[in-house]
Amino acid sequence: MAPLLDVNNLTTHFYTQDGVVKAVNGISYTVDERETVGIVGESGSGKSVGVMSLMRLIPTPPGKIVDGQVTFNGQDLLTLSNDEIRSIRGNKIAMIFQDPMTSLNPVLTIGRQISEAVELHLGLDKKQARTRTIELLELVGIPSAGDRVDNYPHQFSGGMRQRVMIAMGLSCNPQLLIADEPTTALDVTIQAQIVDLVKRLREEIGMSIIWITHDLGVVAGLAQKMIVMYGGNIVEQAPVIDLYKNSHHPYTMGLLASLPRLDEDRPQKLRSIDGLPPDLVNYPKGCPFYARCNYRLDKCADTPPQIKEIGVKHKVACHVDVQTAKWTTEHPYEEFNLT
Amino acid sequence: MLEKKNGKSDVIVSVKNLKMYFPITSGIIFQSHVGDIKAVDNVSFDIQRGETLGLVGESGCGKSTTGRAILQLYRPTDGSVRFEDSELTELKGGNLRKMRRHIQMIFQDPYASLNPRMTVGSIVGEPLEVHRLASGKARKERVRELLDIVGLNPYFINRYPHEFSGGQRQRIGIARALAVEPAFIVCDEPISALDVSIQAQVINLLEELQERMGLTYLFIAHDLAVVRHISDRIAVMYLGKLVELAGRSELYARPMHPYTQALLSAVPLPDPIAEMEREKKRVILQGDVPSPANPPKGCNFCTRCPSVERAKQEKGVDCHTVDPEFQEVEPGHWVACHLDG
Repeated sequence: MAPLLDVNNLTTHFYTQDGVVKAVNGISYTVDERETVGIVGESGSGKSVGVMSLMRLIPTPPGKIVDGQVTFNGQDLLTLSNDEIRSIRGNKIAMIFQDPMTSLNPVLTIGRQISEAVELHLGLDKKQARTRTIELLELVGIPSAGDRVDNYPHQFSGGMRQRVMIAMGLSCNPQLLIADEPTTALDVTIQAQIVDLVKRLREEIGMSIIWITHDLGVVAGLAQKMIVMYGGNIVEQAPVIDLYKNSHHPYTMGLLASLPRLDEDRPQKLRSIDGLPPDLVNYPKGCPFYARCNYRLDKCADTPPQIKEIGVKHKVACHVDVQTAKWTTEHPYEEFNLT
Repeated sequence: MLEKKNGKSDVIVSVKNLKMYFPITSGIIFQSHVGDIKAVDNVSFDIQRGETLGLVGESGCGKSTTGRAILQLYRPTDGSVRFEDSELTELKGGNLRKMRRHIQMIFQDPYASLNPRMTVGSIVGEPLEVHRLASGKARKERVRELLDIVGLNPYFINRYPHEFSGGQRQRIGIARALAVEPAFIVCDEPISALDVSIQAQVINLLEELQERMGLTYLFIAHDLAVVRHISDRIAVMYLGKLVELAGRSELYARPMHPYTQALLSAVPLPDPIAEMEREKKRVILQGDVPSPANPPKGCNFCTRCPSVERAKQEKGVDCHTVDPEFQEVEPGHWVACHLDG
């Protein structure tokens, strides 16, 4: 069966005064029907720009999708006209954002904002749209939805606003929901509520989800497939258990080792990753992780590793077989700066 | 770990019945006082010399306000804060400024807490000047030394904050706090604004410095895994009050307050297999935190607590009217709940 979404060699650059920012450098992945894919990475790793590109939400200029194909349901999203993509966006592919306060319009009632989408995409009249909106608000667990529909965003708490965003995302029964750090701005008990809600809705509606986050904890219990991004590249992708239990990229291993764990018995010193992420303007010639890698070899400095399959659905972009290799350097970043 | 002298524990900071209310006023010209936001309401705890006390809670629970009220950055409405032998709430002007030499703070946002028009050298050197600790060449020498201590190149002394990344800026903030050789530092969410791989660097630095200089920390954070990692004892706050205080392992192994239990079970682990197990036992709290301007009567957690019914049956207490006392139920384990775990 063909995957629902097939991203192939997607490359997005920003042409700025300081030079070309290579935000996304040829990423490829697929999302199957009813599959949840977690994309993790730090700020600047290209995880948001990657999905913004496939939704064609990159401001042009300065941004430009330089290369790649994105096939959704057999259509190449990157070659569609603006009108065609607009009929898919918010309809078949929906998106929820990190900060529900800035992504909701403060001067419109939430009812108005949700019904706008259903009127546009589903062709409902005002009355039907309102009924549908109230249904949606009930679906996402907003108490007394019939009254709350006429409230403004500032009358809701952070968690409730995120529920409103989710209701808006689900309004047209999307096949794919893209969630860009939807719980980052929320407290941990509210985050648990939202994750629980998304899990329930996923079962009920049967949609696929791309969940972008920097928190390796949230996606562990949610995703089936994981993608790790670093410096605009996918460095590792694997089924969720493989990624956490059998990671093969030094960056993934470093990230997992640098997390303090709630269930650790005796806290040990955290293993931090030395140094900083790469400069996306003066992009490194070889592997983007070279400067911070304990396992690096000489060839890593000038040959970027290609992503290759090393196990069932497990792909890694690294020259070294980390499971058998030994450290070649103790303090990679210091030595890197000396040379 | 806890240093004990003559078998007696050595308390460096003692907070008693601390209250910090912010007035709510109404009217434009004739402002009348119509209520209070009880950001911190009757909080008491001690901090031992050389330990790290973690203070956790969700946003708006008053944990940062507690930290600031201890340092007298806010003047507390009521209560006492003793640091060594002085009562901080009674100090004023020059005396308070002198005292600040011993108590310092590291702030959350390294982008907002450094003056963009000052060089790193003058940011880190300013406390030395204010407290007349070093001047001229000696000051410059000391600043270089401090930068080296926090892992920055001393050569950066003439650069401006915008030339640094978030993690490096946080190191500058730490160097500034260390400049006056304080005994006690309030760390207010020092790593929340940083990326995961950088967080570990800053945590390790704070731990190293503590070991080297015998510092005492009050570590405020909302990330329970981080707090567990760095703290010796942990206090949990909810809506302006402490709900539980215990040693690190004790709190995580046997949380007694229903809020602590829910909080711990809500944290997702970076481990898909363990998550499957936890999923089944997860306590998901309903609703939101009530407004601190209008906290619920009785126990302030009663609106979201899953154990209200149980308290009524087992103890015959109505959580909606009776506020539980914060008491020591076992040596070193304090809880504010009618139920016993």
